[in-house]
Amino acid sequence: MAAEREPPPLGDARQPDLEELEDGEDLFTSTVSTLESSPSSPEPASLPAEDISTNSNGPKPAEIILEDDREDLFAEATEEVSLDSPEREPILSPEPTPAITPVTPTTLVAPRMESKSIAAPVIFDRSREEIEEEANGDVFDIEINVSDPEKVGDGMNAYMAYRVTTKTALPMFNKNEFSVKRRFSDFLGLHSKLATKYMHVGYIVPPAPEKSIVGMTKVKVGKEDSSSTEFVEKRRAALERYLQRTVKHPTLLQDPDLRQFLESSELPRAVNTQALSGAGILRMVNKAADAVNKMTIKMNESDAWFEEKQQQFENLDQQLRKLHASVEALVCHRKELSANTAAFAKSAAMLGNSEDHTALSRALSQLAEVEEKIDQLHQEQAFADFYMFSELLGDYIRLIAAVKGVFDHRMKCWQKWQDAQVTLQKKREAEAKLQLANKPDKLQQAKDEIKEEIEEWETKVQQGERDFEQISKTIRKEVGRFERERVRDFKTVIVKYLESLVQTQQQLIKYWEAFLPEAKAIA
Amino acid sequence: MLRGFCGGGSFVSLKAINVDLQTDAALQVDISDALSERDKVKFTVHTKSSLPNFKQNEFSVVRQHEEFIWLHDSFVENEDYAGYIIPPAPPRPDFDASREKLQKLGEGEGSMTKEEFTKMKQELEAEYLAIFKKTVAMHEVFLCRVAAHPILRKDLNFHVFLEYNQDLSVRGKNKKEKLEDFFKNMVKSADGVIVSGVKDVDDFFEHERTFLVEYHNRVKDASAKSDKMTRSHKNVADDYNRIGSSLYTLGTQDSTEIFQLYCHIPLFYFSQQKIEARVSADEDLKLSDLLKYYLRESQAAKDLLYRRSRSLVDYENANKALDKARAKNKDVLQAETTQQLCCQKFEKISESAKQELIDFKTRRVAAFRKNLVELAELELKHAKVTGIYFCFHFRQLLFHRIIEVGLEGTL
Repeated sequence: MAAEREPPPLGDARQPDLEELEDGEDLFTSTVSTLESSPSSPEPASLPAEDISTNSNGPKPAEIILEDDREDLFAEATEEVSLDSPEREPILSPEPTPAITPVTPTTLVAPRMESKSIAAPVIFDRSREEIEEEANGDVFDIEINVSDPEKVGDGMNAYMAYRVTTKTALPMFNKNEFSVKRRFSDFLGLHSKLATKYMHVGYIVPPAPEKSIVGMTKVKVGKEDSSSTEFVEKRRAALERYLQRTVKHPTLLQDPDLRQFLESSELPRAVNTQALSGAGILRMVNKAADAVNKMTIKMNESDAWFEEKQQQFENLDQQLRKLHASVEALVCHRKELSANTAAFAKSAAMLGNSEDHTALSRALSQLAEVEEKIDQLHQEQAFADFYMFSELLGDYIRLIAAVKGVFDHRMKCWQKWQDAQVTLQKKREAEAKLQLANKPDKLQQAKDEIKEEIEEWETKVQQGERDFEQISKTIRKEVGRFERERVRDFKTVIVKYLESLVQTQQQLIKYWEAFLPEAKAIA
Repeated sequence: MLRGFCGGGSFVSLKAINVDLQTDAALQVDISDALSERDKVKFTVHTKSSLPNFKQNEFSVVRQHEEFIWLHDSFVENEDYAGYIIPPAPPRPDFDASREKLQKLGEGEGSMTKEEFTKMKQELEAEYLAIFKKTVAMHEVFLCRVAAHPILRKDLNFHVFLEYNQDLSVRGKNKKEKLEDFFKNMVKSADGVIVSGVKDVDDFFEHERTFLVEYHNRVKDASAKSDKMTRSHKNVADDYNRIGSSLYTLGTQDSTEIFQLYCHIPLFYFSQQKIEARVSADEDLKLSDLLKYYLRESQAAKDLLYRRSRSLVDYENANKALDKARAKNKDVLQAETTQQLCCQKFEKISESAKQELIDFKTRRVAAFRKNLVELAELELKHAKVTGIYFCFHFRQLLFHRIIEVGLEGTL
């Protein structure tokens, strides 16, 4: 049906006229904005909108791509999203398109987009993104997979072993492709080592997946039901994400412990990751002490940037938690919907069986089949909801905790510096007192001692200051990196999620279209 | 207080449950207006008639739910109508659930943002309105069925109901009467079991009985499951709403570069939610309501069969009594008269019952066809529109990827 049309490109500030969309008639009679981006300016690009009103019933403006066939609608959407596919010819409208300034890598510095056509960006998109990534240097040639969860051992001593496969062309590794077997506590051990080494100098070390006593016990006990398989799969995916995030970090990638984790076939068991070990208890004590300290340290923040960022992360944390809860509710309800749809399908089939009018009976059975298939769709959608959205949110909530930890380290560093200054001051006062004292015999020795101590503390103060500046600098860089990663992660997930939704819709359409003639055939 | 304007046309969808209710000039009934007060609904019943029975050609009265029930019960209790499927009584207007939700929303106002609150309030109000419209439609369908029935439309009580412009003083049943009803029902179902044991000579009725019993049970099951499914859909829609507002808050609080990205996703979720809500509402109407209605109708048909079986048993008992009387040669005349009456009653019921059951089937098939076709068309439309939304959002995201790439270069 040519009635529904491909939406024209809209600027960000404009919302589509949702009411009309719902009627499925005039899709976008709201205004169309052209986009001009000037990223070279220091402000984030504001988007001046040039209003071109579309009259959906009148002659179509040249800029809008015509898409009469709905199939193409979907196909193009999915096509444009997959960046990995080779360059494709943009689908242009039959009318002459306005002049499009071609963007080549050399003109990246000041790109100007005068395209009013939606297809044009496809050409630009790929080249610019690739170059952008190279410029940031955040893409390393290393790929990690966690697979093949295997149960090793029996009873309460059993554990799951995962295969960690690395494919890389980086020279620091001995081979190009290798794999090792690791268990969950190995991952925790790795994280613990990295955290101790890097967190206190301001690097955001990605947190490892959480322990789950309930989940693991079920697996150990040997219950082969769907919930334990789900649990293992969830954990496998989480471990994979954890490793992938860790190797993306340029500094952490260089770490020998990480290399050892990925490469060496035997790894010393990380016993002190167990909650009830001596190290575990020490950790808990430290955590409590830290919490108390945090409350007592009053930092004179000289840099507004840090204060602002901390507040931002606090807000983000709250919002993400709320969102996470809502998404989990969605997953739950969708599973419910799937179950209810399946139940209804069975019931409709029974009803069809007892109906004595043949055509109606057949139609009801068909309805039952359609609903069953839809139930399957719902299930798959729930799966997608969960793995793409919900888990990502969970990861980021934990990451933000790590970010907050890093900020806390900076505070501690500052405190150390201040303490050093205070001690230095005290020593200086002591020296002054000695100068004024009248005990000649002990004096020279004491004076020398004090002088040494003062020198020592002066160095400490300088060191403290340097450390503080270093950690502040590192944090700034890390936070920038974190924000970029966050945007990238969310973008990827949203796109993947939308893809899955599009597929679901296509299926839905197929099913109902097949059912409609059956319903009409009831005489 | 809610006022709903319900002309005959706007409830075509519910009337579709009873296709072939062709309104003819002789008697046209509809509910032209309705008013919802604290705990009762007042329906304005509007009649247009060329029949001589009425004083005027066009008139309106105000009726409440209890008066509809009174009318229905008077049909059921009337022996003359034993051979007809009595149109099922409309269900009692039930706004309790909706009112509760509105109350809860009011209490929880402090815990959510202003946008969230307004949105949820709007939705609950829409839900309330939908329930209101449905109950009006149910009452209207009942009246239309009566008006379309060649025999029932002549009923005196019906005319009084339509015309008498004062309160019918039909109070709802008090506790004693409700208890009486309860016992009556128990006796009836026990009797029904006894009576159903009697094998019917007539193949048509035997088949109908087996069919109806099974059909009724399955419709009951399907109706319940359909309700659950519809509710699940609504839950999912509500979740989308919440996610949408969370994302919106995130977007507004976030640093400008990422705002553009987040700004679109809430829109996406809101639009998703609206569609899901629509899907569930449509399913509700086309599927759930259809099944619920035929649940009640099949019960009414079962009742008809019960009455016929009862009269058959009475007839057979009368025959036996007559034989006994003849054998003893005592009270033969009385026994003969009784037997005659029973025979007449049985034959009268059988004749009209046959036609009623055939009509029931025709109505049922037509209604299912209409609703299933409309359901499929609506689902298709929704799926396609959702697809278009997705494409739109895809494109927006593509745009913003470009913009963000540019922005990142300057960071």
